[in-house]
Amino acid sequence: MTRAIAARQYVCDVAVLARKDARLELRSRDTVPAMLLFVVGALVVFHFAVPVDLDEETERVVSFGLLWVALLFTAILGLTRAFVAEREQRLIDALVLAPCDRSAIWLAKTLAVVAFLLLAELIALPAFALFFEPVDGATIAAVLLANIGIAAVGTVLSAVSAASRTRELLLPLLLLPLAIPIIVGGIGASVTDEPAQFLAFLALYDAVFAIISWSTFEYVVTE
Amino acid sequence: MIQATALGRRFGDRDVIRGLDLDIPRDAFLLVTGGNGSGKSTLLSILAGLLAPTDGLLKVSAGRGEIGYVGHEPLVYNELTALENLDLFGSLYRVAGRRERAGMLLERYSLRDVRDEHVSTFSRGMQQRLGLCRALLHDPQLLILDEPYAALDAAGSSLLDEQLGELAQTRTVVVSSHMPERIESLATLKLAL
Repeated sequence: MTRAIAARQYVCDVAVLARKDARLELRSRDTVPAMLLFVVGALVVFHFAVPVDLDEETERVVSFGLLWVALLFTAILGLTRAFVAEREQRLIDALVLAPCDRSAIWLAKTLAVVAFLLLAELIALPAFALFFEPVDGATIAAVLLANIGIAAVGTVLSAVSAASRTRELLLPLLLLPLAIPIIVGGIGASVTDEPAQFLAFLALYDAVFAIISWSTFEYVVTE
Repeated sequence: MIQATALGRRFGDRDVIRGLDLDIPRDAFLLVTGGNGSGKSTLLSILAGLLAPTDGLLKVSAGRGEIGYVGHEPLVYNELTALENLDLFGSLYRVAGRRERAGMLLERYSLRDVRDEHVSTFSRGMQQRLGLCRALLHDPQLLILDEPYAALDAAGSSLLDEQLGELAQTRTVVVSSHMPERIESLATLKLAL
């Protein structure tokens, strides 16, 4: 098989698997509505938790910090459910047995998680602007870059934790330390006047962790 | 097709399979029997490539795309319809003319009328039939069936008898069953665990 045919087949496999994940969510509506409710609920709670007597700059930094915490926890909520069908019905066996490249399973799932995060952020960012601060282009760019990093790493960790009895506990424990650079980059891009270096940092994180996740997924889903 | 030497599988301190030698030629029909916990499902998972042996050597002369496997679960998505499931796996297994092949299997396993219904509405027996359709979709060279008669009614069991009778001539088949008398006549090899 030539490289071009193999690449076309890979893209086709990813598209088929991602379409399946989107279809499952459209039918079950388990994940995205929960993410939407969670992120809006968290922002409302944070709105009442921030002291009213902070100076303008401190309030801005704290507000964006809370936005990024809310987005990260929303992502964890979505990732916890990323492999529910594969785990409960042992469908990961069927996918692993198929002759497609196993990294296609990871890429398709990552794309689905990114899509779910985008839907949640379509509500979360206007809600944040309503309760806290206006959102500028740098923050939106940082959120888009962060989505890729969180979904790439989180999908692998979700597959790891899906095989464990303590999966709901394991995923946050594994993901939170790895998400610290995303939080640092995201808040940095949101609150500084020169966000370029933080956006570059997030892009670098995405590239490094996407490659690591892509290349290790096969070992995660097979013994 | 399958050669195993001193095959073993351990879970913690417990040896589920120990020192198993197997030589299954192409087009053979292996019937695996044994009581609960004897290691039948573990062995079939190892042969399918889903589980790695902890000891011994195993050589299976069939690639991933050439193996059809049905385990204790039918391995189909509950939120998808029967046809969508077969279309998904047909695409992943690069089945030429997958729609026609899926239609033919659904017809054969009496699922044609419910092809557009969600699998979550199916009975366990219907799900098992669909699982068999999924495993047969890509016309595998090696068919591995773990308790395939479980949950099947009389009609479904007869269909499976017929299908196995046809496949036994041209494919390598490994079946574990609590009802060995049902397929004993097809078996060219027997393994009691």
